[in-house]
Order: sequence, then structure tokens, then C-alpha cells
Amino acid sequence: MLVVDVEKRLGEFAVAAKFEAADGVTALFGPSGSGKTSIVNMIAGLIRPDRGRISYGGRIVFDSGAPHDEPPHRRRFGYVFQDGRLFPHMTVARNLDYGRRMRGLARDEAEHKRIVDMLDIGDLLARRPGKLSGGERQRVAIGRALLMKPDLLLLDEPLASLDAARKRDIFPYLLRLRDEAAVPMVYVSHHPGELRRIATTVVRIDAGRVTGIGGTELLEVEEDAL
Amino acid sequence: MGFPLLVRAIRLSIEAIDRKLEDAAATLGANRGFVFLTVTLPLALPGIIAGMVLCFAKALGEFGATITFVSNIPGETQTLSAAIYTYTQSPNGDAAAGRLVIVAIVISLIALIASEWLARRAGTRLHGE
Repeated sequence: MLVVDVEKRLGEFAVAAKFEAADGVTALFGPSGSGKTSIVNMIAGLIRPDRGRISYGGRIVFDSGAPHDEPPHRRRFGYVFQDGRLFPHMTVARNLDYGRRMRGLARDEAEHKRIVDMLDIGDLLARRPGKLSGGERQRVAIGRALLMKPDLLLLDEPLASLDAARKRDIFPYLLRLRDEAAVPMVYVSHHPGELRRIATTVVRIDAGRVTGIGGTELLEVEEDAL
Repeated sequence: MGFPLLVRAIRLSIEAIDRKLEDAAATLGANRGFVFLTVTLPLALPGIIAGMVLCFAKALGEFGATITFVSNIPGETQTLSAAIYTYTQSPNGDAAAGRLVIVAIVISLIALIASEWLARRAGTRLHGE
């Protein structure tokens, strides 16, 4: 269970979001610029909320009252960024291995092989990110986040930088992620079609505020309004 | 006297690094020290090399500070440019000064080519195969 209750001023814009989400795939859904990414960055620890509390599975990672602020490297939340953010000076294999090395975990060959096979990135291991296509890069980014053995996986518009054909290529991997890897996910998107197929809980965000929590029926309403 | 050039080059190249990559490293479990060692430093490498070459070139041609503070003692504190100066001050020193000028030109050319090569190698390492 992820519990988020945060407030943050970002210039003219203010985020004040409060929601609870069970395990599974929680969709943060709303138009561009509604503060979804800011909320995810606060969960990851990359932005510090002005006030509030964030906990996951009973473990408090941020509490402005205590005060307690766990740095991002101790939160164990994998993060797949919209733009991939692979390390350009490392091969794909070293990118994938980075989280495991930084966390000092033992090498788990079976797990490594399972994830590499699931994402179909076995042929890319010796390449450098500069030579990958957008879709390949995003698959490697997903693999890199998974291989650090995260408690929770944050995905910020993982398909947004891809064209329609590439989206169709990657989406099945995300569904497999939900069904096979069984890692709880927070999935940010403004695309109802994507979320309808993957989300188990939908948190609708507008202008920095939560305007609804429920199932995928929340996506329909929004689509009619568009 | 070349040190400020080195510091400035390193500083600029570190500032030019995408902060987002450092954020990504942090979410993957790297503390600040490891973020610096595994992401910031390798990405800043071309700039650091360029700064080192600049610093080397400045040291090679050092004249004013050498003469002022440690004077021009042959075999001890004499720099290349100070030696050239000494020869041009003596009546028959023109040939020797000319030879030293050629040595200086050769060294700077080698340094230039080496720095280009190192920076290019580091650059290809960063931006693909």
C-alpha cells in the first residue's frame, strides 16, 4: 500500500495530492502539466515536498512532521523516466547491472536472464545507449530499474517519447511486467487507451489535485470530456 | 599559474553534465559519492583532459612568475621560455635560441595532437561505439 499526502509549491503552480493505492498498477492520470511527474518525483525522493507524508508498505520514506526524509538511493523505488536516462558512457550490460552493484546485492543470474529474456534485450548487451533505437532504450531502462530489485516501480510516461509502432512493441512488455514480475507499479500517463489495459487503480489528477480515485471507469469520463 | 585554467575547465565540464543522469543514478541506489565517481566524473573526463592540457601548455611557457619568484637558474628553475630569453640576451645565442624555439613548437604540437586524440576517444566512449 502506497500512501501519499503531499503539498509542494513550484513557482506559480501548486501540487496538493492525497491518495492511497493498493499494490498492482496505480495509474496517475491527467492532462500534461497537471503535476503527475512532480508527484512521482516526490515519491522517488527527487523533489522534496513542502509538507506531507509518503509511506510505502508501512515504511515511512518522507514525513515533514518527524522530520524524516529518506534520500532517493535508500528508498528502493525503481524509476523508469520518460527519456530513458541510460548512462551514455556504459554498455547496456553495465547499465543493467548498475543498480545491483550500487545496492551491493549478489549477482542473481536466473533473475538477470529472466528479465533480459522478458524484455528481449539479450542482443543489445554489448552495445552503448547512443546506438539504440528509442524502443530499445526504453526496454533497457525498464530492465535497469527492475534489476535493482525495487519494492515499487515508478514509470513516468514510459511510452511518451515513442511513435505509435514502437508503443505497440513495448506495451506487451509492460503487461508482462505486471503479470509476471508482480512488482507494484505507479504508472503515469495522459493516455487513457494505455491505462485502460494496464491499470488496476486510477488516480485522476488535475491542476495538481486529485479529482478522483477508482477503477478504469474514471478513464472513460475523462475521455468523453476531451 | 595554469591552475585556474584547470579548475575552470573541470568546473565547466562538471556543470555541463545532465543533472537528470545523476538523479537516475540516485534512484538506482547510488549515494552521492558513488554518483560522483560512476556518473559525474567519467562524463566530465573530456573536459578534465582539455583542462590538463591547457594547464600543461601554460606551465611550459611560464615566464613572468618563474623569473619573479624563483629566478632563472639553469638546470633548476629555468623554464623553456626563460632559457630562450637567456640565449637571446647573449651575443652568440641566436642559434641556440632557435633550436629551443623548435623544441617548444614540437612539444606543443605533440601536446595538441595528444589532447585532441584523448578527448575524441573519451567523446566516442560517451556517445556510442
